[in-house]
Amino acid sequence: DEELVIRPLHSGDIYASFQFRTVWDTDFMGGKKVSHYRLFPKSLGQVISKFSVRELHISFTQGYWRTMQWGQPFLPSPPGAELWVWFQDTVTDVDGTWKELTNVLSGIFCASLNFIDSTNTVQPSASFKPLGIGNVTDHRFLRYATLPREIVCTENLTPWKKLLPCGSKAGLAVLMKSEKLFHSSFHSQAVHIRPVCQDWQCKSTSWELRQTLNVVFDLHSSGQGKREWSLFKMFSRTLTEACPLASSSKIYIDVTDNPQGEQFELSPATPLLSQAVVLGDRRTYSVYDLTQQATFGSMRSLNMLLRWKSSDGECDMMRPLLHGERYVAGYGLQTGEIHTLMYNHHPYRAFPVLLLDTVPWYLRLYIHTLTVTSKGKDNKPSYIHYQPSKDRVRPHLLEMLVQLPPNSVTEVTVQFERALLKWTEYTPDPNHGFYVGSSVVSALVPSVVAMDTNSTQERPLFSSFFPSKEESSYFVRIYTEPLLVNLPTPDFSMPYNVICLTCTVVAVGYGSLYNLLTRTFQVEEPSPGLAKRLANIIRKMRGVPPL
Amino acid sequence: MKCISVSALFLSCSLCCQLLVPLILSLCLSLSPSERRQGQHAALAIAAVVIIVGVPLWWRTTETYRAWLPVTQINELAKLQLQLSVDVEVVFARGTLTPEQQKKVPLTQTQDEEHMVDGEDLLMVVEVYIGQRRTAMLRIGAQMRVGRTLKQLLAHLEPRIQQVLQVMSFSHSDITAALSDRVRPSPGNKESLADSMRAFKSSPGYEITFSLLNPDPKSHRLHWDIESAVQNYIQPLLTKLAPVANFSIDSQILYYAMLGVNPRYDSSLSAYTLSADSLAHVINPVEARLGSNAASSNPVLNFLLYVPDAHHSPLYIHDHKKQKVHSNAFHSPRWGGIMVYNVNDFYGPDPVFPMDINISMAKVMGVFLAQLRLLLGVQSSATPPGFVVASCGSAGLADWELDRLMWSRTVENVATATTTITSLAQLLDQIGNIVINDNIAQQVSSTVTSLQLAVAELEAGNLGFALQYSKEAILASERAFFDPSLLHLLYFPDDQKFAIYIPLFLPMCVPILLSLLKMLSEARQRRKEKQAKRD
Repeated sequence: DEELVIRPLHSGDIYASFQFRTVWDTDFMGGKKVSHYRLFPKSLGQVISKFSVRELHISFTQGYWRTMQWGQPFLPSPPGAELWVWFQDTVTDVDGTWKELTNVLSGIFCASLNFIDSTNTVQPSASFKPLGIGNVTDHRFLRYATLPREIVCTENLTPWKKLLPCGSKAGLAVLMKSEKLFHSSFHSQAVHIRPVCQDWQCKSTSWELRQTLNVVFDLHSSGQGKREWSLFKMFSRTLTEACPLASSSKIYIDVTDNPQGEQFELSPATPLLSQAVVLGDRRTYSVYDLTQQATFGSMRSLNMLLRWKSSDGECDMMRPLLHGERYVAGYGLQTGEIHTLMYNHHPYRAFPVLLLDTVPWYLRLYIHTLTVTSKGKDNKPSYIHYQPSKDRVRPHLLEMLVQLPPNSVTEVTVQFERALLKWTEYTPDPNHGFYVGSSVVSALVPSVVAMDTNSTQERPLFSSFFPSKEESSYFVRIYTEPLLVNLPTPDFSMPYNVICLTCTVVAVGYGSLYNLLTRTFQVEEPSPGLAKRLANIIRKMRGVPPL
Repeated sequence: MKCISVSALFLSCSLCCQLLVPLILSLCLSLSPSERRQGQHAALAIAAVVIIVGVPLWWRTTETYRAWLPVTQINELAKLQLQLSVDVEVVFARGTLTPEQQKKVPLTQTQDEEHMVDGEDLLMVVEVYIGQRRTAMLRIGAQMRVGRTLKQLLAHLEPRIQQVLQVMSFSHSDITAALSDRVRPSPGNKESLADSMRAFKSSPGYEITFSLLNPDPKSHRLHWDIESAVQNYIQPLLTKLAPVANFSIDSQILYYAMLGVNPRYDSSLSAYTLSADSLAHVINPVEARLGSNAASSNPVLNFLLYVPDAHHSPLYIHDHKKQKVHSNAFHSPRWGGIMVYNVNDFYGPDPVFPMDINISMAKVMGVFLAQLRLLLGVQSSATPPGFVVASCGSAGLADWELDRLMWSRTVENVATATTTITSLAQLLDQIGNIVINDNIAQQVSSTVTSLQLAVAELEAGNLGFALQYSKEAILASERAFFDPSLLHLLYFPDDQKFAIYIPLFLPMCVPILLSLLKMLSEARQRRKEKQAKRD
């Protein structure tokens, strides 16, 4: 399946989200070695079977998702690279397998995932649960790592595109032209592999591979400031066909704010509309089905155009209910304080969130200074899982379950001390600073649909008293900004200077000692003065004995 | 830049002070003889302390750890003298020998065979039939049967037996092919060079990948039953080859995979053609799509089945003589094979696309099996005239072919492992500041032991064990050679070391050397004076 969701953002930017889903019907739990691949990429299939992976989630992101301006993304991801893997419970040496797996994945995706080692890997106890079937929740088989420094570029996109059955030759993937995709304010590509049921009875299972790519095009740099978007303007391509291998191929355009076409105009118009509850909000989408020949019209190519009627996008965007921020406070190079802010914008409902913080070992957290306050009062977390760091071995892991009161800001602070690194442990540009990965906030957020208990529009009364299950709350994971922390950086020519200085001191001391030992000093008659010498010369001439 | 120049300036200043202090002091002194003697003793004592304590201390603290390596054994191995032996049993059919001849027949006669290049100018009248197992039947002319002693008979048979041996176990060219890394093949012998370049290098395992290339999924929906085809055609061969290497098979279907060359339309055939010259350019763009094997580092044998798109079909491969290649397939040395599978017979008069097409796997697998045999080095080299070789049976491989392969693989493994281990020993010998850890030393010695065992087993003619040991040798030698710990201090040049030593060593050693020199010259002066007195 392939689909593209386009959501016009209120800032005038535009958010395009691709999803490609490949399902591989194979009984992987039986332990039989499967080696014949049709649509599923062979390289990933081999990785799954060799390393006994149950679930694999990997994302590469360039830029930071601005939740307050753009709302919630469909698939959140932190800046840099993120990898989390659930292994099957038959794996005995999880750490060794994890190490090998990261090396293989770094080869497949041309990324520096090989820098994942024990110093940035953690085993979260609650934040990352398996998304597929299977109820293994023993977090010994989970590994989570982020590389906030990773830079994502074309060389990561090419192998990602190669995993698609149609490559970039047909279907929606035609639009992925790297110079356009990377000329954007946010770019995120991800691969998610998980086991799913083949049918509702779940007698047999299959692997699901989801490849997603999310881009936010900037109004000013890509759109030249005009509030007018088309496929050609975004991707410099138009669509001519669906991937012939895809069972469905659709483009969705979010027209929720535009029910009668008062905000923007969409051409060509499509009669198909689809409603869905996405992230707790009821959205309406215009649907273009690429498998229908009529979609392409007489031009045999589809180039959608969104043109805003008014140039200023004055419309009230609803604030996202959950939002997070993080920063480093303090001065000097010895100590500091990490502040994590979590906003609950819900007007009347409190909800719990799980906060996961991974801090590298060279920031030594003083865990006794950990405070959680909301609305000026101490907020005691109901669950804390803390794993202290070991120098050069593993990072700090802090997981907390915090109740966020309605309409409030909850602040988590913890002080830390900066460690001195060995001089070979510094990165090539140490004055740039050291990255600390994003905190992860996972929560079940009460949905917006359930919020308007008063509204009876379009719904019969009997359906709206008890909020129905799937609409009452929805799962959200948000990532805060990664931190950039300065560590005390030495002058790297210093070792040589120290060597020279100590050698000089030693040599001077040694020289004098040597002279004292090997030579003897005598008092010598001072040589006669000039007057005396002159007098002596005169006396010699006169024949008188000298003085 | 700045800090370097600053530190250099600093260094030169410090050097000056250190050198000048003792020199200035020495200028303004005049000494009495007894005190001078005392000073000399002190200087000698300091020099002695520096030499006896200081130098060993410095040596030991800055030494790199180097574990002991069996260098002499490695050097012995480097000469690589292999003695290969085959047991040959000549069994005479009943009635071939007269009773008195039979009496003299020893139970078995073992014959050591040295491989040599002999001019193949024998006119073969003897027909030799080589069977599926390790047997060959020879027919002797009728005139030879009567009135000969057994010795004569055997002597008569010997050239034939040698030929049989060359076909069934190994010949000179096989050995040179296996040793092609070490022994430069004689120039002009292009054919055998091509043969030796074709087969894959010996490796403990191979990955076989079958890929179906469908450049036009809009018109063709291809179905291939690769699982059962592999079970039926490939697996018997691989089961037979199991002692030589481990194989793993996988398959994939690639869509929109194009060949790198645009085929030319030939109006006389009303078909598209690929000429032999352009085949070299076909592979590269396809290879980018094939993907390397993520799960292992064994060499990959690629077999591609290319179904040309509807607009470029049928597609035929032409050889150098512009003739259609019968199998419509070609192989690339040490890479794999490509077969073009035309589907336009299925089109019918009025084709409706997309069209479901079932690929006939028997036809495809026949070609791939032949290519696989070639690429694995199970080549049927040209048999001498008069030889008839039995068809290789259901497994696709006769026992003696397996033996041949094991011979050449063992020799190749032994040669490769020796090369690796000798070059490692040379490298470690040349670069003195590489740390040799204990585990590397252990790998090296286990390589040497396995190599010695392999050579011994080759001499004894135990092929299976020899191959096993040679594989172990190769694995251990690679592990030692590619150990990451060998890289640590590789690029730590001497000039940097001296730049660090000089600020300490120069000011310490110059006064000692100067006073020693002074003492030496004084002693010489005194001797001269004494001699003058004596005269």
